[in-house]
Amino acid sequence: MSKTAVLELRHVDKSFGPIDVLHDISLKVNEGEVLCLLGDNGAGKSTLIKTLSGVHQPTRGQMLMDGQEVSFARPRDAQDRGIATVHQFGGTYPLMSVGRNFFVGAEPTKGWGPFKVFDREKANEIAVKSVQDFGITRITDGDRLVGGLSGGERQSLAIARAVYFGARVLILDEPTAALGVKQAAHVLRIVNEAKRRGLAVIFITHQVMHAMAVGDHFAVLIRGAIAADFRKGEKTREEIADLMAGGESMAELEANIDGAA
Amino acid sequence: MANQQNSKNENQGGGFSLLGLFRRPEAGAAAGFILIFLFFGYFGWDKNFLTALGSSTWLNFASKVGIIAIPIGFLMIAGELDISVGALIPAGGIVLAIAVGLYGMNYWVGAALSMAVAGGIGFLNGLLVTRTKVPSLIVTLATLFVIAGLNAYVSKQLAGTTQHSLQDIGPVSEFLMGDYHTLILGEGESATTIFRSLQSSFFIWIFVAIVCFYILHISPWGNWIFAMGGDQESARNAGIPTNRLKIALFMLSAMAAALVGMTEATLANTASTTTQFGMIFNSIICVVVGGVLLTGGFGTVTGTVFGTLTFGIVFQGINFTTFDKDLNMLFIGVLLLVAVLMNDTFRQIATNASTNKKK
Repeated sequence: MSKTAVLELRHVDKSFGPIDVLHDISLKVNEGEVLCLLGDNGAGKSTLIKTLSGVHQPTRGQMLMDGQEVSFARPRDAQDRGIATVHQFGGTYPLMSVGRNFFVGAEPTKGWGPFKVFDREKANEIAVKSVQDFGITRITDGDRLVGGLSGGERQSLAIARAVYFGARVLILDEPTAALGVKQAAHVLRIVNEAKRRGLAVIFITHQVMHAMAVGDHFAVLIRGAIAADFRKGEKTREEIADLMAGGESMAELEANIDGAA
Repeated sequence: MANQQNSKNENQGGGFSLLGLFRRPEAGAAAGFILIFLFFGYFGWDKNFLTALGSSTWLNFASKVGIIAIPIGFLMIAGELDISVGALIPAGGIVLAIAVGLYGMNYWVGAALSMAVAGGIGFLNGLLVTRTKVPSLIVTLATLFVIAGLNAYVSKQLAGTTQHSLQDIGPVSEFLMGDYHTLILGEGESATTIFRSLQSSFFIWIFVAIVCFYILHISPWGNWIFAMGGDQESARNAGIPTNRLKIALFMLSAMAAALVGMTEATLANTASTTTQFGMIFNSIICVVVGGVLLTGGFGTVTGTVFGTLTFGIVFQGINFTTFDKDLNMLFIGVLLLVAVLMNDTFRQIATNASTNKKK
């Protein structure tokens, strides 16, 4: 696989005033690949996500898409380039219907001039079909309110929406954190489906089990730096867990990394 | 597989009719209206509550609150409040009366000017809320008093009075903006009264409701309003111009308030600077009784209309019953509480009923 990465960070630093949050982050994610970002709370995961999705701009370093340097001034710029971020509840609106949720900001309309009409049937049809294609067959009614769906289903809806609107890079921010075992399995299946469709997925989690289930490539983030970077099968679950838990002592960690290298 | 899917849909469809009705977001408000209507219809029977003239009493009252309540409902769905309407109602009337009475402008030029002034104030409200991030309750509370002060000051400076007369405005303007309308079909014995003594504002209310229904439920903008109230951050990320939309909504509510002020001034042939504090609460009550969620993201125009009708009946209906009139406010308070609790229940039905959980 010598193709250029869809999204690549080269030596990215991010500081807020005098506080350095990210140091020298270099990451790559390819098409049809899941990159798992592991890290404890406060490791800089959210800052990294926000940098990737255009909320923050890197202080130093480069961001590349398809080998071309890019910079995002606003989240919208990242979205236009096909970077979709799905947060825990996926930016879904509980008191809106599935169809309306799916098309927020990009409503399909019929009619002409000032008498444009929200095309409810078309919206519902596309929304239900997209979600069902991801294996959520329980959603059959596009008029149903999203608040009645389970957390996993809402995640799936958000992911299906991102894919429908042409996302190439999917950033999933702790999608399984608030979910039960079954629901989490659901979301993981959808991550696999997104990968099968050729999306580059960045999967942020602190649950090693979930990461192991779908990841091709792993990066462990500790105190804003990448403490370990390895591919599937290079480390056992215990080793990864140790890595994450060992975040408290850098010395121990470095020893661990040296041991692996 | 496909067959299975279809049969499942059909099963759902079979049990739908009643559930489908309850699932509708305005179900709570409609049920409340029917209950209140029957209650006062029964207790007010002897005093002609249900006659054309009796109905006009509360319909006329409801229409004025209703015109304001719908845009206030929009703002609440979007997660904001506007209480400056209390001062914008008189402002709308005064600007019109001064323009026509003092400067001799054409009625409709004056009306357009009044709307423009209101729109400007709404724009300012929206700008302050979106720029400063101060809660809209505080911002509009401040503008409420600023406008109330300006109403009195400008009136005195320009015209030397706080009561402006608005005379001889022509039959067409009178007919459209402030007159009593009666429709009786047939002659003599077989005459059927369709309505009697309904004010122009009632018909304006119907018009406003239809336009707003289109905006919220049929046009794509409705989706934006709901999304903004549901989760503003996500809405902005989805590319919705949240600030501009919010400013537009504040302009809408301010202009609706001015419109009410103009109909009142036209009907009474006089405009007063008295700030209508009561209307602030009234419009909020109508919206909440109508099932709009105070925290945003949920509500309907139909629900708000039902809420306004319910409120109108309770506010005016007591005069048709043998109950002590002093209990009026108590009725309204109870109505508000019951309505909120009922709407919560219906909302839960709406979110959960069709989930059809298989565990």
